[in-house]
Amino acid sequence: MNDRDNTVLAVRDLSVDFLTGRGTVRALRHVDLTVPDNRVVGIVGESGCGKSTLINCVLRLLAANAVVADSSSVVFKGRDVLAMSPADLRGIRGKEISMVFQDPMTALNPVISIGTQMTDILYRLDMSMADKRRLATDMLGQVGIPDPARRLADYPHQFSGGMRQRICIAMALMMNPGLLIADEPTTALDVTLEAQIIHLMKDLCARFGCSMLFVSHNLGLIAELCDEVVVMYAGEVVEQGEVHDLFHRAQHPYTRMLLDCDPARIEEKRRDLPTISGSVPDLIDLPRGCIFAPRCPQRYAPCSDTAPATYDVNAVHQARCFKVRDA
Amino acid sequence: MTDTTPSDVAIRQEPRFARLRQLLRDPLGCFGLVLVLLIILSAIGADIIAPHDYKALDVKSRLASPSWDHLLGTDNLGRDTFSRILHGGQIALYVALVSVGSSLLLGLVLGMLAGYGPSWLDNVLMWFFDSVRAFPVIMFALAVITVVGPSLETIIFVVIATTTPGYARIARASTLATKNTEFILAERALGAGVPRIMFSHLVPNIVQPLLILASMDIPVVITIEAGLSFLGLGVKPPTPSWGSILNDGYGFIRNTPWLVVAGGIPLIITTLGFTFLGEALRDVLDPKLKKDR
Amino acid sequence: MPELLNVEGLRVRFRTAGLVKSLVKSLTDPHIDAVMQVSFTLNEGETYGLVGESGSGKTTLGRAIIGLVEMAEGSITFDGTELRGLDDARLRVIRRNVAMMFQDPVASLSPRKTVRNLITEPFRIHRIPGSESSRDARRLLNLVGLHEGFLGAYPHQLSGGQARRVGVARALALEPRLIIADEPTAGLDVSVQGEILNLMNRLQRELGLSYLIITHNLPVVRHVSDRLAIMYLGRFVETGDTDGIFASPAHPYTLGLLAAVPEPDPDKRREKLELEGEIPSLMNRPQGCEFHTRCPFVREKCLSEAPVLRTVAPGRMASCHFPFPNPAEAGTSGPGG
Repeated sequence: MNDRDNTVLAVRDLSVDFLTGRGTVRALRHVDLTVPDNRVVGIVGESGCGKSTLINCVLRLLAANAVVADSSSVVFKGRDVLAMSPADLRGIRGKEISMVFQDPMTALNPVISIGTQMTDILYRLDMSMADKRRLATDMLGQVGIPDPARRLADYPHQFSGGMRQRICIAMALMMNPGLLIADEPTTALDVTLEAQIIHLMKDLCARFGCSMLFVSHNLGLIAELCDEVVVMYAGEVVEQGEVHDLFHRAQHPYTRMLLDCDPARIEEKRRDLPTISGSVPDLIDLPRGCIFAPRCPQRYAPCSDTAPATYDVNAVHQARCFKVRDA
Repeated sequence: MTDTTPSDVAIRQEPRFARLRQLLRDPLGCFGLVLVLLIILSAIGADIIAPHDYKALDVKSRLASPSWDHLLGTDNLGRDTFSRILHGGQIALYVALVSVGSSLLLGLVLGMLAGYGPSWLDNVLMWFFDSVRAFPVIMFALAVITVVGPSLETIIFVVIATTTPGYARIARASTLATKNTEFILAERALGAGVPRIMFSHLVPNIVQPLLILASMDIPVVITIEAGLSFLGLGVKPPTPSWGSILNDGYGFIRNTPWLVVAGGIPLIITTLGFTFLGEALRDVLDPKLKKDR
Repeated sequence: MPELLNVEGLRVRFRTAGLVKSLVKSLTDPHIDAVMQVSFTLNEGETYGLVGESGSGKTTLGRAIIGLVEMAEGSITFDGTELRGLDDARLRVIRRNVAMMFQDPVASLSPRKTVRNLITEPFRIHRIPGSESSRDARRLLNLVGLHEGFLGAYPHQLSGGQARRVGVARALALEPRLIIADEPTAGLDVSVQGEILNLMNRLQRELGLSYLIITHNLPVVRHVSDRLAIMYLGRFVETGDTDGIFASPAHPYTLGLLAAVPEPDPDKRREKLELEGEIPSLMNRPQGCEFHTRCPFVREKCLSEAPVLRTVAPGRMASCHFPFPNPAEAGTSGPGG
């Protein structure tokens, strides 16, 4: 949806299948996604929607039984990640695309000091050890670790959960990557820390000129942090667009229902909360028409037979729903 | 909007006997299973299969080579080696199953007590296990046999005493890892007592690594029995044992090689069979340990 | 409404070091107080929310009530009977009236038991005579909206929402009067959360249950609870009716918690955060007001003098020297919701 000049990541027509004993799991189907320069793109969806498969695909960390369709492309700064050699891939992972994981406890090696872990990832740089430690100290200071020079010698267990996630963020940004992928980075943290970490990530990405792909199931965080939002359901992008447009003028019934379900968005106190009836379809045996049709309260004639394409709501907002086409 | 949304999504089904199928897909596991079944069936059916009485002497055909009458030849007293091997298998499996089974049970219970009980009990039991393990097996066996005399029961006692600590340690480690999980807490919150928690909820979750260890231990125990019988410290004649057959063969190796071969082959088959089966079982039951292949 | 559960001056301590270690390190007191001076009353048919961040003692408090951890001081009265000092047999009879739902829907089910076994186990534990277990299993599954096909399923074959329903069925087996629910919506998708909460709500209406809901999820607790207690470092810092607290928190910590919940509306982004820093360690409680290290409104008195939980408005208690008297003064950004 944007030109490639100012695009960091462009995923085009990405389809991924997993071959399992039960059959072929069609985990992702025709996913399009663009991360422009200096923007934060949020991916929101419930469990099983394919968001982890998508980010694993961007880093090419898929399991051995995954099959990526030939027509797919994942272009990072003009180079197709899917066609890269293993050596080129290693040059990209951690350096140009870095990641912040869900659980800051397991993302750090428990028996190596923070300072060593931080300077280790700088192995590609031609730099003296003293300079590397200075850089590490500076990064720790930037993510709000008090007394960073002294704490370089400490081990992960000597930091609290919030501090550990700050360290992970520092490590992710140290190589000045073009894209930061954050996979539910605050689910393991308390609300007050969550707010701190979210603001920290936003500030740092702006300061480092780094784009971010932010994966979450929390609509509040997406609204707070992102410039653009991608809504995924059962392996498809059902709606995407500019954040204000999407939150205020959601077109796809799934997006609307998801927004309605969030108790934080319900102004009036009520005991009877809205839900989405039915369940996510089996990805081995997909419905023929629209993926959401079996649960959709607004489905009509075409929905059950033909799968909708993506239709423009406006210049910055698309949805995969016949209602948009027919409106 | 109702809460009674029928969650009638298909329950994620697994094919029946999925584990067994997985085991049979592994060629080595399959091979191990065949060997183990062969040994067990031949031991159970020894009385039917054996062409001769294993005690019957036939002095005229001493140390005979294999023939249709004597499939594996005869020993120095003219007894049919094939029949003696079959009955020796009975002894070997009896010792192995009784002692490994007992140590598994004993180790499981003691290990769970150590892991789930108060810390003083844990300390006492661990101290005791470590002291037992400090004895070298053969030295311990020789000492015990010297005191109470050689017999099948003595061998079984020695094996139980020396292998139980290993099972107990594994059971204790798994118990420690399991006892603070949410489902155990949930059972306690329901008011479940210690016996119910231990036997109904802990056992099914910690017994698998013990079973794997047991299947690997069976050939070890069989060789211990054979070794002690070889030294004349095991079962008493005329009861046949693979170890005593080997010993006879060793004495008459200048006259015939067949006795040594006949005593050695079942040992090799058993060891290979149980080891392959054990490794395949481990891969199936405990995928975390599986190497990437 | 008659009073069902009354907790008075409850304190729970944990030993942090053994005898030898505490001698070597010359610790004067090798204990931490996970719950301190907690008092509250839960009425029949009511839903009471316990809210706090990790380390606030909310889970420990719930476990102390059901007897999974021992109390050091205080009293717990259930339906007029004091639980402290009761012998095990009588305690078991009373505890049949209290059931607990644990945080992780799948992990709190014994992994090698079928659903049938799991939901009828309470009958076997309490040796309820004459209960025909397979009929009861069906009845319980029906009650929580699962069809009978699930009877033979194992926990790992269930989705989070299904496992949560099985957990509810199990909790209901002995027809309890109080259910303690520890994070009932943890690990569930937004669309499934509502199903579980609606189920709990329906069961409350039909069976007259009372709930003690332990959670950190403020948007959820706002909709489901009648009254709330906010916990910090093992103490109640504010209690009162849910609507009142959400409309105008009296304690700065409550305000900070409410402000920390991001609003799912991109037009309402926050510029500034209320709460900085992290929760202090229980081993090292701050002097004076225990919240002063993070309080944006800290004054001199707070550093030296510990506030007590006192009534600040009708039906509202807070432990703060300078509570917010009304919503207008409750900070410029205002509480969420």
